[in-house]
Formats: sequence, structure tokens, C-alpha cells
Amino acid sequence: MTAAAPAYLQIDDVVKDFGGGAVAVNHVSIDIAKGEIFALLGSSGCGKTTLLRMLAGFETPTSGRIVLAGQDLAGLPPYERPINMMFQSYALFPHLSVWDNIAFGLKRDGMARDAVAERVEAMLKLVQLGKYAKRKPHQLSGGQQQRVALARSLAKRPQLLLLDEPLGALDKKLREETQIELVNIIEEVGVTCVMVTHDQEEAMTMASRIAIMSEGRVLQVGAPADVYETPGNRFVADFIGNVNLMDGKLSCDNPDHVVIDCADCSHWVGHGITGTEGMAVTVALRPEKIHLQHEEPPVEHAPHNRVRGTVRDLSYFGSFTVYHLALASGQVLKVSQSNVERHRGGVLTWGDTAWASWTPSSQVVLTQ
Amino acid sequence: MNATPLPLARRLLPGGRAAVIGLPYLWLLAFFLAPFLIVLKISVSEMENVSFKDLLTLQDGVLQLSLRFGNYLYVLQDELYFATYLASVKYAAATTLLCLAIGYPFAYFMARAPKTLQPALLMLVMLPFWTSFLLRVYAWKALLGEQGWVAELLIALQVDDLLLAAGLIATEGKLMNTPFSLVLGMVYTYLPFMILPLYANLSKMDLRLLEAAQDLGATPALAFWKVTVPLSKAGIIAGSMLVFIPCVGEFVIPELLGGPQTLMIGRVLWDEFFSNNDWPMAATVAVLMILLIIVPLALFNRYQAQAQEKRA
Repeated sequence: MTAAAPAYLQIDDVVKDFGGGAVAVNHVSIDIAKGEIFALLGSSGCGKTTLLRMLAGFETPTSGRIVLAGQDLAGLPPYERPINMMFQSYALFPHLSVWDNIAFGLKRDGMARDAVAERVEAMLKLVQLGKYAKRKPHQLSGGQQQRVALARSLAKRPQLLLLDEPLGALDKKLREETQIELVNIIEEVGVTCVMVTHDQEEAMTMASRIAIMSEGRVLQVGAPADVYETPGNRFVADFIGNVNLMDGKLSCDNPDHVVIDCADCSHWVGHGITGTEGMAVTVALRPEKIHLQHEEPPVEHAPHNRVRGTVRDLSYFGSFTVYHLALASGQVLKVSQSNVERHRGGVLTWGDTAWASWTPSSQVVLTQ
Repeated sequence: MNATPLPLARRLLPGGRAAVIGLPYLWLLAFFLAPFLIVLKISVSEMENVSFKDLLTLQDGVLQLSLRFGNYLYVLQDELYFATYLASVKYAAATTLLCLAIGYPFAYFMARAPKTLQPALLMLVMLPFWTSFLLRVYAWKALLGEQGWVAELLIALQVDDLLLAAGLIATEGKLMNTPFSLVLGMVYTYLPFMILPLYANLSKMDLRLLEAAQDLGATPALAFWKVTVPLSKAGIIAGSMLVFIPCVGEFVIPELLGGPQTLMIGRVLWDEFFSNNDWPMAATVAVLMILLIIVPLALFNRYQAQAQEKRA
């Protein structure tokens, strides 16, 4: 894609104000490429569902434009948009069979009877529900209902597929299996997809890019790894995964490295930042990027990038253990260590004094 | 399993649950089934002066069962009765359809009204029950009679010409004691019985289903027809039965608002009992009326049950 070509789906400075104080969606602009699976991630009330409903046509933007494949969607009612949605908890028609649910949209298009049957059969095959065509939705399990909903929303071959909390109604175990299955089907069909979820794991595993939303605004857009490894601000760092946030001051500002002094330790970071000496910044450090040991570790930029504390708590998860290290100031550092060896000598336990250390590149400096 | 047997008292005395279910059944048994059997017995009994002959008689060691079906044969052969039954069903059906046509949109918009407004709307539907039914029906006599303002308004709007053309009134400008006034009274009286079950049904509906229908390309009108209407079938059936069944046997409204043209079975029943004092004949008419209503309903229920089974 050349830089000049407009994106497949352009959400251009969209605002939705329901009145009464808070703005549901506040000047949001996102470009989404063809074939992408894009996730809107945020906690409830962040505006992600309102944005999705504006794409579907159930809400009208207060201002801004939504353009799909060069067509401005303004003024198009939901039933005229080349967009289909898989609703939260599916909204399958209870009075219609699986077959008729999937055929519903096709019949509305005035498709010939044979063509409808052919397409429905193809959809049933796609989601592996051929045997259940005559069943009513209430006779299906949650996972099967989810697949019917997917088949129904894909049947019309929409230019854009919307998923509203696609796996929210499933239990945890089934959710993990379904995530992959769902992505496989969407990629097989090759449809561009925008999903809404509050579950970061779901967003990370399914989407190629994620927009993190809070209070109507998009805080960061990026691939799952980008969002996780280089969060743009405190909220994103805290929202995605576990993180230790340490407030400090910029004490040494060089083009190739900076040093930040915090209450318990100092950080040597191997790149420059835009800022001035003395400004308040936050260092974000993921628990799995910290190394924990009994002895004082030899680190490259000592005395930076290490700290001593007391193990106050530990949670054993099987494949890894999370230690809560109490530092001198009272701040608790979360450290996760993978349990590579079955019988590791010198394991840390409650009350032990331990050294935590990390590499210069594992820290992220947040200026906002 | 090591279950201790229930104490004897608990096994013999009905529990609370049995009592709750049993009492209404006892009530129905005593005040519906028993009277019905008595009416059934009267309909096949022979009159002897002012009392009925016993059905079973023991004479000279011979037990005799004498059933008199003459009344049934008479009713079935007499065209007047047949026409009256037919008229009752016709007026009841017309009333049901009109109640549905008026009640459905009403219930629909009531169910979609703001939640804070709904109790007030519901209250308005039930408000008529606060005054005597007789009084309300009687009031129509004045409203539709000569110089009644409703009648004058309708005549001014030339609605009476339309009604005349449709055969609902006999003479121009005369609205009372016609099929029109009869059906109007019945619709007026029974409308809440249509609205309430429909409202209960429609207010439960998941509105996201309509969004889903629209998302799949159905216009709002089509979504209503393909989703709302089928899903409210149970409400439509319940409301229709609540209107149709009592309308067939209605006596008061035909008596007050219907004219000589509109002979309904309830009035025939009244005449047989109280004017002709022919209890067996009256009982026969009553039994046939019940059959007339129950048989189609039973067939319908069976069809419903079969459809349900097919789905399962």
C-alpha cells in the first residue's frame, strides 16, 4: 500500500455526543487496511461499542466521517450498509432454525432460492454446523450459537465484519479454542474485521492491530507487541498486561542515554528522550523482564538498574512464579520468573532478601 | 441409597405444594366441572311438571337409563339456532380482529414507550375496570342513540353512509341496536384483554433482534413483520382467546346494544331459561355452545403441541 492511497476504512475525526456531559466518542480517527482484524479495546464505557454501532449505522456521528472503500457511509441506514455485525450474545432469531437464521440476510437481498440454499450450505460447512441446520438456536450450545452468529454475519459477504464482544458469552476454556478458530475462519474468508472487546488477551491473540480506548479517546494504536512493549503512556502500560510503574525525575539527559532517579533505585536507559533535566517521568517495567537472585548482581551500569528488596509474597502459577518484592520506600515490585528447571537450587521464599535487576532496553520511559 | 422413609403423617397429608396446586383444582371441580355435568344431565333429561325425571330408574328389577336427545336433534335441525350460533361466532370473530387491529399497535408502542411512562400507560388501559361494566356499556346507549354526541359526530362525518353500505346498520342515521353498535360495544369492552397479554409479550422482546434484522438488510417494516410479529405469536393467541371466547357467549352487550338483527347465542340461552322455562333446551344450547368453543380450541392446542414437539 502506498502512503497516498486512502485506507480501506477511514474513521475520520468522529465525535458522538449523546448530550449530558461526557462525550462518548471524542475526535477519533483510525485508518484500517483491507483484510485487517482490528480490535477496539477498552473497559466498559470507553466508547468502543458506540464507535462500533456508528460503523453499523445504529448511531449517527455528531460530527466526522466514516468512509468504507471510498464510500461515505453518512446517511446510509444499517440495512443498506455493506456491513454485517455479529452481536454480543449473538441475537439469533429464536423463532427461526439455524438454516433460516443464516438465510435471513440473503433473502432480504432478493437472492434466488437456489443461490440462497447454496450459500447457506457453504456457510454451514465453513462453521462445521451442517448437521444442525434444522435446529433452533436454543437447542445449541454456546459455542455452536456463536458459530451460527458468525455464519449469519458472513453469509452476505460483507465488506466489513463487526464483532461485538465475540467470545464474551463463552466460558474461559472454550474461549481460548474459539479465538483461534474464529481468526482462521475470518482469514479464510478474507473479510476486513473490526472487533470490540474488553478482554486484552482476546484482542492480543485475535487482532493484527489494537486501538486502546479510554473515555471516548483513542490512546494508542498498534500491533499487539508494539502496544505491549512500547506503551505510549501510563494508562496503556497499566491497562495491557502487568507492569511496575515507578515515578522519578530525569537526572541525566544525554542524546544516547538518560538516567532517571526514583525513590528506590535509578534507571539507566539506553536511548535519548525528548525532555529536560528535572522533569517528572515514569519508568514502566514488565514483571517478566526483571531478574531476581540472592546475590548482588553485576550489572552493566551499576549502581543503576538494580534494587534490593524483601520477598513479601509469592504466587506460584506452575509455569511461572510471581514475586512481590517490597522495596525500601514501601513500593512493591512485581517480578515474574519462569520455572524453567524442576528443582532449582536456592529458590526464593517469603522473607528472603533478594536483588532485582534488569537490562537498559527493558525499560520504557513514559512522559505522560 | 440409604433414604429414611418419610414419616407416615407427611406421606398421608398433602404438603404445602400439593395444597397450592390442589385448591384451585378443587375449586374448578366444585364450581365448574360439577355444574357442567349437571347442565349436561339436564340437557338429556325429561321434564316432569317442574322437576326432572331421574336418568337411572330401577323398575321391576330392570335398571333403565333414559337419555333424551330430542333437544340436541331439534337444535341441530333448527335453522334459527344454527344461524344464531353462526352469528355469535361471526360477531366474536369480528370483535377479535378489531381488538387485534387496535390493540396490537397500542401494545407495541406502549412496550416501546420510555420505561418511566409505561406504568401510567398500563394504568390507563386498566382504568375502565374501575367503573361498573354495566354502566360503561349502558353509556354507549346514550352516546350512540338519537342526539348522542358520538352518533351525531359520526353522522356529521357521514360515517353512517359507509356503515349502511357495509350492511352494518339498517337505516341511515340510526346507529343504535345494530351490528355496528354491538361490535363497537364488544370491542370497547374487551380491548384491554387483548392489549394486556400483547403488552406482556412485546415488552419482553429483545430489541437487539430488530437491530440484527436491520443489520442483515431488513427495513424496519420488514423487521417488524419477520421478527416482531412471529415472536409475539403467543401474545396474539392469548389475547385473541381472551376476547373471542367470552364474546361468543356474551349476553349483556347484545342485550343492551344489539338490535333484533343481532341475535346471539347468549340471548337465546337467556330466553330458553327465563322466558320459555325450558331448562333442558337451554342446557342443550349451553352444552353445544361449549362444544362449539372447546372443539376448535382443543384442535388448535393439539396442533400447537405437535409443532412444539417437532421443534424439540
